[in-house]
Amino acid sequence: MIAFLIKRLFHALLVMFVISVIAFAIQDNLGDPIQQMVGQSVPESEREALREELGLNDPFLVQYLRFAVNAAHFDFGYSYVFNQPTTDVVLRHLPATLELVAATTFLIIALSVPIGVYSAIKPRAWLSRFFMGVSIVGISIPVFLTAIVLIQIFAIGVSWSPFPADTGWGAWLNDLISTEGGMPAYGRGDPVHVFGTWETNFASLEGLTYLVLPAISLASIMLPLFIRLIRAEMLEVLQSDYVKFARAKGISPRRIYFLHALKNTMLPVITVGGVQIGTLVAYTILTETVFQWPGMGLMFLDAIERSDIPLIVTYLMIVGLIFVITNTLVDLIYGLINPTVKLTGKPA
Amino acid sequence: MSLLDVNHLDVRFALRGGDVRALRDVCFSLDRGERLGIVGESGAGKSVAAFSLLNLIAKPGYIAGGSIRFDGQELTTLSDRALRKVRGHRMSMIFQDPMMTLNPVLTIGEQMVECLKAHRRISTREARGISLNKLQQVQIPSPEARLDQYPHELSGGMRQRVIIAIALLLDPDIIIADEPTTALDVTIQAEIMALLLELCEKHNVGLILITHDLGVVSQVTQRMLVMYAGRVIEQGPTREIINDPQHPYTQGLINALPQMATPGSRLNQIPGSMPSLSNLPSGCAFHPRCSFVERADGSRRQACHDQVPEFVTSGNCQAACHMVAEMIESERIPAEEQD
Repeated sequence: MIAFLIKRLFHALLVMFVISVIAFAIQDNLGDPIQQMVGQSVPESEREALREELGLNDPFLVQYLRFAVNAAHFDFGYSYVFNQPTTDVVLRHLPATLELVAATTFLIIALSVPIGVYSAIKPRAWLSRFFMGVSIVGISIPVFLTAIVLIQIFAIGVSWSPFPADTGWGAWLNDLISTEGGMPAYGRGDPVHVFGTWETNFASLEGLTYLVLPAISLASIMLPLFIRLIRAEMLEVLQSDYVKFARAKGISPRRIYFLHALKNTMLPVITVGGVQIGTLVAYTILTETVFQWPGMGLMFLDAIERSDIPLIVTYLMIVGLIFVITNTLVDLIYGLINPTVKLTGKPA
Repeated sequence: MSLLDVNHLDVRFALRGGDVRALRDVCFSLDRGERLGIVGESGAGKSVAAFSLLNLIAKPGYIAGGSIRFDGQELTTLSDRALRKVRGHRMSMIFQDPMMTLNPVLTIGEQMVECLKAHRRISTREARGISLNKLQQVQIPSPEARLDQYPHELSGGMRQRVIIAIALLLDPDIIIADEPTTALDVTIQAEIMALLLELCEKHNVGLILITHDLGVVSQVTQRMLVMYAGRVIEQGPTREIINDPQHPYTQGLINALPQMATPGSRLNQIPGSMPSLSNLPSGCAFHPRCSFVERADGSRRQACHDQVPEFVTSGNCQAACHMVAEMIESERIPAEEQD
């Protein structure tokens, strides 16, 4: 176990090193930071002095080493826009994003496993075909479009009257296809303060309603992907000899599906899932923009617009760190489920 | 009445282009403690026959007709729930590839205990006790440790021993072994076969052994069936069939054994290959490959082309072949003339 953790830690450091080089290297290519800091009227000599003072004329390696030493202390400098340490700015926005990702992950796990398993057990049922059809649509529609459609239907409301409203059935049908709207679709509402910079939407029912639409639209691509993945894996596992053998032993179908088959199905799903949680964090940029969700994604987009380079770099580093941590956790979980993977190094 | 009576079993696969008949008119029986071999080429329907006994044929396969009577109970019409009480309990199976048969993410103990618990009201402790006892019977080294090991920690031969132990867990009446040694090392094959034979004899368990290894059949079984293209074409006591095969296909099979060829010359073989089940030749399915047909005269040859042969009895054996029928008749006539 210790050996595994040390090995993973080494990997993580290597990955973080590569990310830091890339993040640092783009600094030079994202425009002149001096131009962002000072006004139009500042003469070139003063700019040069400032450049010298900030160490921007030093060789790349010197600059990088300075950056790396500071980064190791979680010091990424000051945000130009907020005039605060960038880590503070990111930490302020981090909880909102993590909560959105957590809600989405919950949604994906809670729905993809039962739907995927069902459509593998009964591949010919019309409900399975329906899920497969919908999932293709879900994968094909970009997140921001899903988000806008969701806002139109559930937040703004749709009143549509293609049927004659003066007849009873027409009015009833019109009511059926029209929606009232009213779901919150802007920001986080009034999150409950927990500690530090962490405010939560999970503490109140009202807070949760703010999460519904952003979480659904963030899940709209990943969920169909996982349904299809679980279904495909499960179909394959159900063909395997050990499932046939379990049948020949007289084991009940429920135990065969949910123990024998599902446990094997989940192995590749967990591997993919680990990578996808990281991707979810990245996808939040789109969702947070559409819903004005005050998370890291929105902050990042803002930072790009304003060339707030230290903030951009900090975001990249922190998202990289989240990737590395989730992947390590997933490998640990994978080792617990798959007995052929030995993390502990105990003699066989 | 025998313990197991299979009559006119008809198994089909519902495919898009229509039903494919995988088994036609298969009849056989098995007495308590008897060992029966089913041989044939790949695709002859051996495995389908084995799986259909417990109605374990994979979709789109289904039993279209015939009956399977086991200990007075008709299995073909039994509900899945009722069949589950027979599976693994009164009739258990051993599969071909031990590397694939055990679930990789469950321990040996879990896979044994769940089988006992599915059929008996029993505590986990008791179930583990029985499992341990069965593991000892199959002569696995350090059986206590095996219970908590995962399949990947065992070799192929040991896994097949575990599978035999699972098959024996509930003291079944019949074990159906679908090519139990095909996937194993040659040196391990003999050990596993000897173990299976010993345990079946000791516990008076009936064995249905599916294999294409005629050597194994002749060593282990008392009676055998030869299958071709979904039909039984010859059946009878193993020794008699091996020593004096009637059907030209069985003769071809035995002739194809390496021992039958002169050293240094090419091995004997049956020309051609088995027809696809969806496109069977008319009459006797074997006639395009049959050496008898070439030698037959016009009207006989026509019969091979047009009519499905009935079983004819020769001694203790039965063979489904027009030529064998003719020979038996012609032998009988000179015999009568001599008297």
